[in-house]
Amino acid sequence: MSHLTMPHLIPTSIQPYVLPVLWGVVIVAVLPLLAGYIVLLERKVMADMQARLGPMRVGPHGLLQPIADAVKLLLKEDIIPHDADRLMFWVAPLISVTMALLAYAAMPFGPAFQIADLNVGLLFILAISSLGIYGIVLGGWASNSHYSLLGALRSAAQLVSYETAAGLGLVSALLLAGSLSMREIVQAQYDQGEWFVFSVPIGFFIYLVGSIAETNRAPFDLPEAESELVAGYMTEYSGFRWSLYFLAEYANMIIVAGIATTLFLGGWLRPFPRFNDRLPGTSVEILDALPSLVFLGVAAYCFWLAPKQPVKIQKLVMGLVGGLCVALAAALAGSLFAPDAVRLGVHGGFWFMAKVMAYLYAFLWIRFTFPRYRFDQLMRLGWRFLIPLALVNLIAVAVALVVSQEWGWHPRVTTILATLATLSVAVWLASSDEKHETAIRTADGE
Amino acid sequence: MALSYILFAFFATVAVVSAILMVTRRNIVHSAVSLITTLLATAGIFLQLRGEFLFVVQIILYVGGIMVLFVFVIMLVNLDISLRSVQFNRQKWVAGVLALVLGAQVVFAVWLGSGTLRLPPRHLAVMPARNTEAVGQALFSQYILPFEIASVLLLVAMIGAVVMAKRRV
Repeated sequence: MSHLTMPHLIPTSIQPYVLPVLWGVVIVAVLPLLAGYIVLLERKVMADMQARLGPMRVGPHGLLQPIADAVKLLLKEDIIPHDADRLMFWVAPLISVTMALLAYAAMPFGPAFQIADLNVGLLFILAISSLGIYGIVLGGWASNSHYSLLGALRSAAQLVSYETAAGLGLVSALLLAGSLSMREIVQAQYDQGEWFVFSVPIGFFIYLVGSIAETNRAPFDLPEAESELVAGYMTEYSGFRWSLYFLAEYANMIIVAGIATTLFLGGWLRPFPRFNDRLPGTSVEILDALPSLVFLGVAAYCFWLAPKQPVKIQKLVMGLVGGLCVALAAALAGSLFAPDAVRLGVHGGFWFMAKVMAYLYAFLWIRFTFPRYRFDQLMRLGWRFLIPLALVNLIAVAVALVVSQEWGWHPRVTTILATLATLSVAVWLASSDEKHETAIRTADGE
Repeated sequence: MALSYILFAFFATVAVVSAILMVTRRNIVHSAVSLITTLLATAGIFLQLRGEFLFVVQIILYVGGIMVLFVFVIMLVNLDISLRSVQFNRQKWVAGVLALVLGAQVVFAVWLGSGTLRLPPRHLAVMPARNTEAVGQALFSQYILPFEIASVLLLVAMIGAVVMAKRRV
């Protein structure tokens, strides 16, 4: 980031620290707001899938609902159970939220917007975010309640099982990238000309399942299954501490989405990053102009719809949304004519967030579509299907890479062959698992 | 370089204090949390020595993996027994004297061999930027035999655990 000129007021000795600190403050300040609006999005999507309206009362179309929720949570009475272990009860939510926020230190939100590009960036994020489990386990234990303890135990067992599978899924993409630095992983996808999701689709699938389980989301939300455990590990928590757990959960969701985006979906690269045709007579690449045009189209659609809304406030909101789209389009288009650093930063950030949001939308979609697993089913899926599959996939991808290096086959051919081989193993695993299940049932005398 | 000394002093103090807490706490969960703190502080010392990879692996393996299982098992089993039982036997003076003798021996041995003891240079001329790659290269070329033997040992332990826990189907 040395190409951005610093004001001369800042002494040179602290200049390298200014931008990272600024980014850190921005992340810590913006993340709670973002989490709140993801919750609103979740409720709206859920309502849409269940043919309802969702929150409508606070602000136009419920747009101010997150702020109302936050105020409510902050003002709520903070209850500590009488028999709780006070110190641990106090520390546990802090562990969860601190670890979730700390993991953002290595997350690249764009070529310019990253606090630190560590050589071990990916491992750092995985390590730090895996510490968040202590917040859950200790919180569940400290509450001194059966529901909480059971939720905590389930959470620990689930995390240990699925972390392995998800990690092995990530390694298959790492083999292709050849680096642990988040920046170099994205660069490798640019150099090889394709997102790794197309080279190792099974690795991506395994990581998707594993990441849902790690963030305790439905259909793997057994640690907080309402119908069985009230609220699982956070049954005894209320008010601010509860909201810290909530913030940690959503921060973790954004982290796993960010990891998947960086490793499998090309990070901040736009689709077809090497297609460089320019608009005639300018230095603007055609594909860079597309997002602005799409937003302008959405804005035009909003303006066209606005007069047709039945109520005045709805007309106003429709117009406002259209205005927002115009502003976004203007920002994206304006940055095209700015210096390279700014242009790459804005567009990289846009594509990264767009992919993260798409991944999160898939989370919501899965949540509202699948019923919850039973605990033994969850364990069987993890240990008997996902982990063997991840191992087979890893070996197949490694063999594919060696073959393309030694015999000169095209990498695309070998990775497709590896994927096909892994798929057939997956089918075999699934069918043998079914037989095994029947065998257990007969042995149990069912 | 004052900063690196301060960092080392901080992490070392945290490590030692929480190690002592781990032994002396009555509540077994508090002990486990102290042990976690010790391991994290050790990881911090690795980072202060620029061993990024070691730092991350320490956290992933010990703190994020093994200790999670420890805490899991602690919560599964009955805790009341450990709360009621006598934590220490009455031979702590003997133990203290023995520990002192052992410490004196170590100091004496180091002092005897101080002429041949070589510490690596405090500041490397070139910092290895590719820490992870260097570790991987060393493990799979120079130390391939010990590495594989360790893997086989772990595999044997794992198979043993599976055989012991297996339900007949």
